[in-house]
Amino acid sequence: MARSRSFDVRRQAGFPAVAITCFILLYLPIILLVVYSFNAGKSIAIWEGFSLQWYVSAWENEKVQDATIRSLIIATCASVIATSAAVMAALATTRSPKFKGYSVVFAMINQPLMIPEIVTAVALLIFFAMIKVATGYTGLWYLILAHSAFCIPFAYMPIRARLQGMDLNLEQAGADLYGTPWRVFRRITLPQLWPGVLAGAMLAFVISLDDVVITEFVKSAGQDTLPTYMLGQLRRVITPEVNAISTVLLAISVALVIAFYLLTKSGKPKQGDVQ
Amino acid sequence: MAETREISAARRRWMLLAPALAILVFAASGPLLIVIMYSFLTPGDYGGVIWSFSTDAWFNVVAERDFFDETLSFSDAHWSIFWRSVKLSLMTTAVAFLVGFPTAYFIATRPKATRDIWMLLIIIPFWTNLLIRTFAVMEIIRNEGVVNSVMIGLGIIDEPIQLLFTEFAITLGMFYVYLPLMVLPIYASMERLDFSLVEAAYDLYASRWRVLKRVIFPLVKPGVIAGSILVFVPSLGAYVTPRVLGGGKQLMLGNLIELQFGQGRNWPLGAALSITLLAIVMIALMVYVRSAGREEVSHG
Repeated sequence: MARSRSFDVRRQAGFPAVAITCFILLYLPIILLVVYSFNAGKSIAIWEGFSLQWYVSAWENEKVQDATIRSLIIATCASVIATSAAVMAALATTRSPKFKGYSVVFAMINQPLMIPEIVTAVALLIFFAMIKVATGYTGLWYLILAHSAFCIPFAYMPIRARLQGMDLNLEQAGADLYGTPWRVFRRITLPQLWPGVLAGAMLAFVISLDDVVITEFVKSAGQDTLPTYMLGQLRRVITPEVNAISTVLLAISVALVIAFYLLTKSGKPKQGDVQ
Repeated sequence: MAETREISAARRRWMLLAPALAILVFAASGPLLIVIMYSFLTPGDYGGVIWSFSTDAWFNVVAERDFFDETLSFSDAHWSIFWRSVKLSLMTTAVAFLVGFPTAYFIATRPKATRDIWMLLIIIPFWTNLLIRTFAVMEIIRNEGVVNSVMIGLGIIDEPIQLLFTEFAITLGMFYVYLPLMVLPIYASMERLDFSLVEAAYDLYASRWRVLKRVIFPLVKPGVIAGSILVFVPSLGAYVTPRVLGGGKQLMLGNLIELQFGQGRNWPLGAALSITLLAIVMIALMVYVRSAGREEVSHG
C-alpha cells in the first residue's frame, strides 16, 4: 500500500547506466577504427578529411592481395572440411542413445574450445616441423588442416542443435518406404538440416578467417594470411591502410554473424546454441 | 538378429565419427602428446631438440641454474611473468563481472521483443576479429589517441599519459575482447530468473541491495561462475593482446612461451611452459565442473 504504483521489481539502481556504458565501450573503439580508415591524412589520430585512398592502397598492395587470397582459400577449404566432418559427427552423436565413449568423443570435439590456443599452436609447430623435415612438403595443407580442427566445434554446435530439434518421424517414414539410408539422408534429413549446416559453415568460415595465433605458428615463410600480415605491420609505422583492411574484415564478419543469427532464429535456437 | 543390427549401428556410428576424430587427433590432440615428450629433451643450438633425455626444461620453468657455479635459484623473471598472468587475468575477470553482470541484468529485464537485439549487439563484437579489436583499443589509448587528446583538450593533463605498453593497457584490452564471454552465460541464467521470487522478497520488505545479494545473485550464480571461467581461461593464455598492448615489455605466459620458440631457441622449455599453462587451465576447468555439479545437486 505504502509502495507507489510505479514500483518496478526489476529495477536496480545504476544498472542501466552501466549497461549503456558497456555498449558504448564495446562499439566506440570499433567505430573510431572504421572512421579513420576513411581519413585523407596519414594519421590514425588526426582527422584530415574523407578519402578512400587507403582502400585503394590496400587493394593495390601485392602483399595484401596475396594474404587475402590465401586467407580465403584456407577459410573456404577449412570450413568445407570442418562442416562435412561436423555433420557426420553430429549425426553419430544425436541419432543414437548415449553410447560407450560418448563423453570422450564429446570432449575431443570440444577440445579446441578448452585448450589455450597458444598451447595448440606450439604443439602444431613442433609436430608439423617434424613432418616438414620428413616429407619436405611445406604447402598450405598444414594451415588448412589446423584450421579445420579448431573449426569443427564451431560447425558442430549449430548442426547438433538443429538435429536435436528435428522430427524423427519423417525419417522413419522414409525408411519404412524402403528408402536407402543415403536416400533418406539426402531427401529428408539434409533439406531439414540445411539451415544448421549453413550456419555451422559460416561460423567456421569466420573463425578461420580471424585466426591469428595458430596461423602465426604453423605458417611457413611467405604464407601470411590477412591477420598475420596485420600483426607483422605492428613493427612499422601504422597507417590507415591497416584500418581499411580491418574495416573490410569487420564487414565480412558482421554480415556473416547477422546472417547466422537470422538463420538460427528461424529454426528457434535452443539454450546454449549460440556462443 | 537384434545383435547384428546393434553391431552395424555401432560401426556406422564410428564411421560417421571417423573424419572428425581423425582431423582432431592429427591437428589437435595428438600433437599435445608430442609437446609432453619434447619437454623432456635437450634444446638444440638453433632451435629444435637433441634427442637425449633431460629434466632441465622443467627445472627452468621455476628455477635458473647459475651460469658459473651451477647453483639453483628461483627464476625471478619467470615468476614475475607467472604472477603477472594470474594477476591480470583475475583483474580482467573481476572488471568483466562488474560490468557484465549489470549489462546482462539490463538485457534480461528488457521487453522480450528487444532482448534478442541487445544480445546481438553483445555477440557481434565477439565474432569479429580479436586482433582488430585489440588494434582498436591500441588506437584509442596511444599517446596521440582519443583518450589523451580529449584529456589534453579539456585541460585535465598537459602531457599525454603513457597508457599503451602498460599492465593497464593489457587488462583493458583483455576486458574489452573477452567481455561478451561474461555477459552470455550470465544472461542465459538471468533469462530464466523467476521475478515472482524477487517480488516476494520486496513484499517481505527486503531492500534492493538485499534482493540483489540474497535472491538474484544466488539464482544466477552458475552463470556467473561459467562467465568467470570463460573470461579467466583465455586471459591466462592470451598471446595477441599482451603482444600488441604490452609491446614486448609486459610479457605474459603466452608471450614467454612464444619467446622460447623464437629468440630463446629453447623448445623444451617452451614445451614445459605450455604444459604448465595447460595444467593451470585444466585445474580451473575442473573446479568449474565440480562447482557446477554441486550447484545442480543443491537445486535438484
